[in-house]
Amino acid sequence: MKRNLKNPIKKWNVTALCLCICLLAGLLTGCGSSSGEASEEDSDVIELLNVSYDPTREFYEAYNELFAAYYEETYGVTVKINQSHGGSGSQARSVIEGNEADVVTLALAHDITLVEEEGMIDGGWMDEFENNSAPYTSTIVFLVRAGNEKDIQDWDDLLQEGVDIITPDPKSSGGACWNFLAAWYYAQQQYGEDETQIKEFMRALYANVLVMDSGARGATTTFVENGQGDVLIAWENEALQTMADYPGEYELITPSVSILAEPSVAVVDENVADHGTAEAAAAYLAYLYTDEAQRLIGEYYYRPTNEDILSEFSDVFDLDVTLCTIDDFGGWDAAYEKFFQDDGIFDEIYNS
Amino acid sequence: MKQTKKARLTAGQIALIVIGVLFFAVMLVWPLVEVLYRALKDGWALYWDAVTAENTLSALRVTLLAAAVALLVDTFFALAASWLLTKFDFRGKSLLTTLIDIPFSISPVIAGLAFIMMFGRNGLATPVVNWFNDTFGTDIALVFSIPGVVLATVFVTFPYVLRELLPVMNLQGCAEEEAAALLGAGGFTIFRRVTLPQIKWPLIYGMVLCAARAFGEFGAVYAVSKARGETFTLPLEVDALYMSGGAEAITQAFAVSSILVLLALVMLILKNIAEWRARKSESQEE
Amino acid sequence: MRKKRNRVIPGFGLTLGITVSMLSLLILLPLASVLIRSFELTPAEFWETVTRSNVVGAFRTSILCALLAAAINCVFGLILAWILVRYDFPGKRLIDGMIELPFALPTAVAGITLAKMYSDQGVLGQALNRIGIQGSYSRVGLVIALVFVGIPFVVRSIQPVLRKLPPSCEEAALTLGASRGFTFRHVILPELTPALLTGFGLALARGIGEYGSVIYISGNSAKNGTQVVSYVIMQKLNSGSADYVGAAAIALVLLAISFLLMFLLNMVQWFAARRTR
Repeated sequence: MKRNLKNPIKKWNVTALCLCICLLAGLLTGCGSSSGEASEEDSDVIELLNVSYDPTREFYEAYNELFAAYYEETYGVTVKINQSHGGSGSQARSVIEGNEADVVTLALAHDITLVEEEGMIDGGWMDEFENNSAPYTSTIVFLVRAGNEKDIQDWDDLLQEGVDIITPDPKSSGGACWNFLAAWYYAQQQYGEDETQIKEFMRALYANVLVMDSGARGATTTFVENGQGDVLIAWENEALQTMADYPGEYELITPSVSILAEPSVAVVDENVADHGTAEAAAAYLAYLYTDEAQRLIGEYYYRPTNEDILSEFSDVFDLDVTLCTIDDFGGWDAAYEKFFQDDGIFDEIYNS
Repeated sequence: MKQTKKARLTAGQIALIVIGVLFFAVMLVWPLVEVLYRALKDGWALYWDAVTAENTLSALRVTLLAAAVALLVDTFFALAASWLLTKFDFRGKSLLTTLIDIPFSISPVIAGLAFIMMFGRNGLATPVVNWFNDTFGTDIALVFSIPGVVLATVFVTFPYVLRELLPVMNLQGCAEEEAAALLGAGGFTIFRRVTLPQIKWPLIYGMVLCAARAFGEFGAVYAVSKARGETFTLPLEVDALYMSGGAEAITQAFAVSSILVLLALVMLILKNIAEWRARKSESQEE
Repeated sequence: MRKKRNRVIPGFGLTLGITVSMLSLLILLPLASVLIRSFELTPAEFWETVTRSNVVGAFRTSILCALLAAAINCVFGLILAWILVRYDFPGKRLIDGMIELPFALPTAVAGITLAKMYSDQGVLGQALNRIGIQGSYSRVGLVIALVFVGIPFVVRSIQPVLRKLPPSCEEAALTLGASRGFTFRHVILPELTPALLTGFGLALARGIGEYGSVIYISGNSAKNGTQVVSYVIMQKLNSGSADYVGAAAIALVLLAISFLLMFLLNMVQWFAARRTR
């Protein structure tokens, strides 16, 4: 132990090291704060924060450019749009928790209702924009590996012995709720009002689920990157995007019936009042319904709500599929209560 | 203490080394190589684009800032707390130690949840923060902002430096400090001249550990940082790229991860240089 | 005798003040919110929330897998620490420095990478498959991920103690005719036990709460028993009802477990320190 005392150089090393670290930290703090101030100085730039869900990342990146150009041209004001992406439910939660979103563009109306219940969005937001405030729609399809070895054509093929299904957990993913409801609707068509048989069908379906990821994106990764499972129950836009990214490796199967998924948009009234961005935020969402934006929507594999433009993309989308809507389940709040709450039907069929 | 270990190993010892190295290779090196391989799979050009992208650089700045502040806070805390916990006996000492260690074992999910429930829009402490902002005309936000990221990083790394100091200082006892104190040295002098030289290596170890942990933190920061390009740290940027799907984005995600790996390697080199210099100055004296 | 020491070394008040105020402000204050939020439930509701079958299942999975991973880490961590301290071989410094990598690699990256390596697409996954074990998307994968994140805790706990333990001890025992096994059990192991326990406990505590590295590899299936506690908390938060109170209740139980583990560990360290004094 004595050796520690006889060395005067060593402690200078320590002191010097500590000093270096302090300096470095100070330097970085300085840089960080100065760069933060610089961006706040430009006052004639409007900043908008769009809180959205995972699969819309690429679309909004393109759309933001389109909108910024339009807005600058029309109003002479520069808009900078920041994006935030994540699972739809957790994104809604982040807004409630103080993420200063000007607009929310989420996977399902229910998530926006959560924000509304906090008093941050005025009631009646669904009527603020056309088509239940859903500028684009999508549906639920199957993605299988090229060759479709297990010959999957419709929902009942998923129940076969040995078919491995990838779908996310409806208790934590909005997209997975759509998957569940689409399957339920199919079973309802088959068995009518006999709920025990429908539940039996669903139980058999979920017994074939191999991996249940926490979100839709995770499920896609599991299926595509990690090569798990025979079929991915996916958003149509995700499935088409995957086909484009990996040409020739996958096939898209549209089942006989599916569900019309309406990702909704809304202005967060409380936040835009604080930021003074109400006009720009409303313009941002309204512009989604213009022809240019609708075409962009189609290019990113969402179904445009404008019928004319939708028909331009008839070679991309299977427009013959029978689609039920959330209204067939009595709206999102009722559906959520019935199926996905603790001890709801999902727990009943999955845990037993 | 100086002991020259001659490299004449028995079969048993070689077997042990082989087992250890194999375990190390499979569990640690392999994932690392996998990350680097995937990062460079599509060529250097794409790699370079990914690591110099604006979002990546911004994330790097935030990461370094958060880690530096965390390192500073944690080290300061560790020096004070280790002095308190090893030189004195008092009531409630083990309770205090345990409380300090909580972030060590806590799930990052809970850390994030705690911050949100305290400082989020409906948080318990939010009225206080708002009052402060109103009174002093400031605009402080403790979640979804850089201070939030820094706080979360400090939270998860809090006891890391201290943890490395405690066992060593416990082992050393306080005879030397007592002697120095009896000879009339003041508190800071004792600390600087007696204690600090003894705990130098554990201290540096702890700081390396703390920095490494700060670089890699994901869960807690994820809860309080939602703006890409502004408050994202490198791990969040990796997640964002990975989740944006597409083969190219995934390669980019691994490219950004490789920055984190490199950061860790830099820490290791720094540690080794310091070690080597210390050894050199020691041998010069002898 | 203790009292006297207190008076000799200065700085008690100052360091106590700094420690307690920093701790309260940075750690305890945020955590208090979890406590307060979970008190919004009546005891009966609280009990119902934390004893639901999926929650209990998740606790069982987390604790079992973390225990197993910590045990594996103890064995290999001891070997690693031992060869790093006692033997010279090429690449030793490199290994020594890289032990901390699991800290620096973001847990999400680790999870994604491990999931791929041990799935039936990866080389290691195929090797496991051949002996009839499914790697990713099973409890095996979970344990692998937890072993990965836990290694540094064990190695770094043992190393300093081992370094302080001079080889002359074992050499003496060996020269006196003790066998290697005997020397290890009776001379080395007792010295290492506190450090080993500490490393075990830290790896265990970290493993029970782990999130990022396990969600990608576990498959998150309540039926196959691969949902972990952190996942269930996130599930509660992200579900359509944003169940903060339920999440806080489960978090509180997890916190209590962490606290208990850490308390036991500190006891171990305290006894170890007292014994050496």
